[in-house]
Amino acid sequence: MTTSRPHHDRPEPERYELFEGAHYRFTFPRRDFLRTAAGGLVVALTVGDGEVQGAPARDRRGGRRGGRSGEVPESLGAWIRVDEDSAVTVYTGKVEVGQGIRTSLAQTVAEELGVAVDRIRMVMGDTDLVPYDRGTFGSRSTPQMGRQLRIVAATASDVLAGLAADRWGVDRKAIRLENGAAWHPSKAESLSFGELTRGKSLTAIVDEKIAAVPASGWKVAGTSVPRVSARAVVTGRHRYVSDLQHEGQLHGKILRAPSFRAEILSVNLKPAQAIPGVTVIHDGNFVGVAAADPARAEQALAAIEARWKEIPQPGSAELFDYLVEHPIHRAGWRGRTERKEGSVRRGLRRAKHRLEQTYTVPYIAHAPLEPRAAVAQWVGDKVLVWSGTQRPFGVRAEVADAFRLPESRVRVMVPDTGSGYGGKHTGETAVEAARLAKAAGKPVKVVWTREEEFTWAYFRPAGVMKIKGGVDGKGRLVAWEHLNYGSGSSAIGVRCDVANHRVVSQPTETLARQGSYRCLAATANHFARESAMDELAEAVGIGPLEFRRRNLTDARMLAVLNAAAGQFGWEGRTAKRGHGSGLAVGYDKGGFVANCVEVAVDDHNRVIVTRIVTAFECGAIVNPDNLTNQVEGSVIMGLGGALFEEIRLANGRVENPSFSGYRVPRLTDIPPLETVRLDRKDLPSAGAGEAPIVVIAPALANAICAATGQRIRSMPLTRDGELM
Amino acid sequence: MTDRARVRVNGVERELAVAGDRTLLDILRNELRLTGTKYGCGEAQCGACTVLIDGKPIRSCVRSISTCDGRSITTVEGLAKGERLHPLQDAFIAEGAMQCGYCTAGMLMSAAGLLERNRDPDEDAIVKAMRGNICRCGTYPRIVRAIRRAAGGNPR
Repeated sequence: MTTSRPHHDRPEPERYELFEGAHYRFTFPRRDFLRTAAGGLVVALTVGDGEVQGAPARDRRGGRRGGRSGEVPESLGAWIRVDEDSAVTVYTGKVEVGQGIRTSLAQTVAEELGVAVDRIRMVMGDTDLVPYDRGTFGSRSTPQMGRQLRIVAATASDVLAGLAADRWGVDRKAIRLENGAAWHPSKAESLSFGELTRGKSLTAIVDEKIAAVPASGWKVAGTSVPRVSARAVVTGRHRYVSDLQHEGQLHGKILRAPSFRAEILSVNLKPAQAIPGVTVIHDGNFVGVAAADPARAEQALAAIEARWKEIPQPGSAELFDYLVEHPIHRAGWRGRTERKEGSVRRGLRRAKHRLEQTYTVPYIAHAPLEPRAAVAQWVGDKVLVWSGTQRPFGVRAEVADAFRLPESRVRVMVPDTGSGYGGKHTGETAVEAARLAKAAGKPVKVVWTREEEFTWAYFRPAGVMKIKGGVDGKGRLVAWEHLNYGSGSSAIGVRCDVANHRVVSQPTETLARQGSYRCLAATANHFARESAMDELAEAVGIGPLEFRRRNLTDARMLAVLNAAAGQFGWEGRTAKRGHGSGLAVGYDKGGFVANCVEVAVDDHNRVIVTRIVTAFECGAIVNPDNLTNQVEGSVIMGLGGALFEEIRLANGRVENPSFSGYRVPRLTDIPPLETVRLDRKDLPSAGAGEAPIVVIAPALANAICAATGQRIRSMPLTRDGELM
Repeated sequence: MTDRARVRVNGVERELAVAGDRTLLDILRNELRLTGTKYGCGEAQCGACTVLIDGKPIRSCVRSISTCDGRSITTVEGLAKGERLHPLQDAFIAEGAMQCGYCTAGMLMSAAGLLERNRDPDEDAIVKAMRGNICRCGTYPRIVRAIRRAAGGNPR
């Protein structure tokens, strides 16, 4: 099994939310920072967390005590510990947001270590306890953290086998680890992990090159182990951040602007301050309240009188022109990107059939069912933060920065959280809670309302995609141009052999806060590309499946395409009146997906999805049942963006900040799903949290076109389920 | 300003002295410390706050506590009998009918309400009864299978 490191490590350019400035600039007196429980003045500068006289930074206390940002410890003890009862504790900076990695990462460790999954305790996302991690996003948990924990566990195995060999005075080659103990053919009794380590840390450097169990030999990984937290969830015992209740805790609420970019002109806090039992605070651009119950906090918030300076700004009606007309030099960490080969102009001239079309996607919201939430508590000179975030170390940095503290005085903890989908990367809620907690002198919980979620969170970027394509008489692409304005470059490559091609990603200004969303720009780019492919196929008179078979060079894309088409019965399908079928194929971050769908359009132009087939491949599958759950969940979520979802903006206001105005997929929208998994045990495991979402939209657009003759080039494809 | 209300929650009589216009969801979570019932939208659109009042599913986020005076309320914490789980809870675990789990309590209570009035619902009846519950993670197919499993004993 290869353990090669992925070659790219930087986040995708369209993770715009990671490059925002601080949301709040507090102005409280410098003195406050320097006061500590012990009294007296202390220097606010810090010696790095990992620095100890004479010892390399990583080895301090096994390197486990909260990573210094950016440092990934080599010391085994930072990642894994064996208890005296042979239970195993694993430390990871990844967090569980519903994608199932609490279970699948444990399987990976169980496989290497010879211990049952239920004897593994995963400590996740606590910045004081786990190694530094950049964040749970980008489908990296399986390929990167899975790989890391595989070599950690394999190293630990090696150490334990060595300890047993030493204890018994035998050759370690014949030692095997099973059920939390070491076994040797010449010994009647085993030695448990607890006996071998006797509570001492495992001392070793994680061995990058160590051999791990190949996927073909997996006995625990590769099986459908049930979710370890299921019982706590169904009994209501699991506490999400929004459920936490500490002694003396208050509920916090923040005064929001009436529109984007509005500025406070004046604030009168007195009516709110007059309410008993309420903390009210105005600091810089932050105005908030805290009270013992949420109703009182709401009452206090409503009592604040504020005057705002609002700024006229374009809305949804002007959005797409605005994006194209306002390119910018740089967004995120990169500017405009272009890749080209040959001459698109010449290729188009020589083409037998040409296409030139524009496709658009609006802003959409993540709408996680648990709104973002944080609890903050100041204890001595440290602030404890519980946050439903995908980036605990990022939030730690944001809170440290907001309060001008060293990171060592901020602890962020992430209980298993009510989803994220890429929308919970930033720490504004944590900063809000911490500021109120500081003012109130008590723990404060801030839970955003659904309206705040739909208004003040960052959205998936809107985008305009301009496609030009040319095919020869045999339906082969001879020219291809794909320009993306605003949304990003993920999956912009065409994966076909086209001698003349050009792909450009042009960052633009934006009308709303935007950033990461499941699969980033891959949805927008696939919507444009896979719709255009069908349009070209139709121009040549070739079926959509055959067209793709003639042009795709990526064997893994072809495999899922053929698997989906086979399951669907594409080639034998009959045209039912009022119905249409469509397909699309795509890729993202090492995952490959194809959808074949069927829709019905009734006399009122209502679109009903009658069938969805998905084929998916992401290398060696770690947990098959969880994978299907993720794939189907992504497809269902993608259905929303494809058919219904749109943030409607007017003058800096979101016009539909609620589930009654912003339609998300419901049980009634879902046809039977058929999902085909392709298990490639010969390939490294890739992530599956994002890729399955990328082509449901163009598959539906293609099916609607087949049913009605109407080609729709904008998402969502319907208005509340009806073709427009 | 407080009003008095007496409610029976999961079989236990509770005397409350709270403002009568506070929602049942607020009281359950913040006064009675029963955090199994969730806030998702505050406008009865997502179903995360579903509880049973006298056996019928209602959205507690839009229900004032004063209207619950004298009523019997069941929350997700009241489904199990000690450590013995309700068939729906067992079924949700067996079918892996969750991802982030945040919608699960509301799903269980809506489903419990369904099974109270229809012991063997077909898929149509399930979909109709559950349409008010959102699962943003998209675990719907498993949720339906879990409800069928709990009802009929066999997933159909």
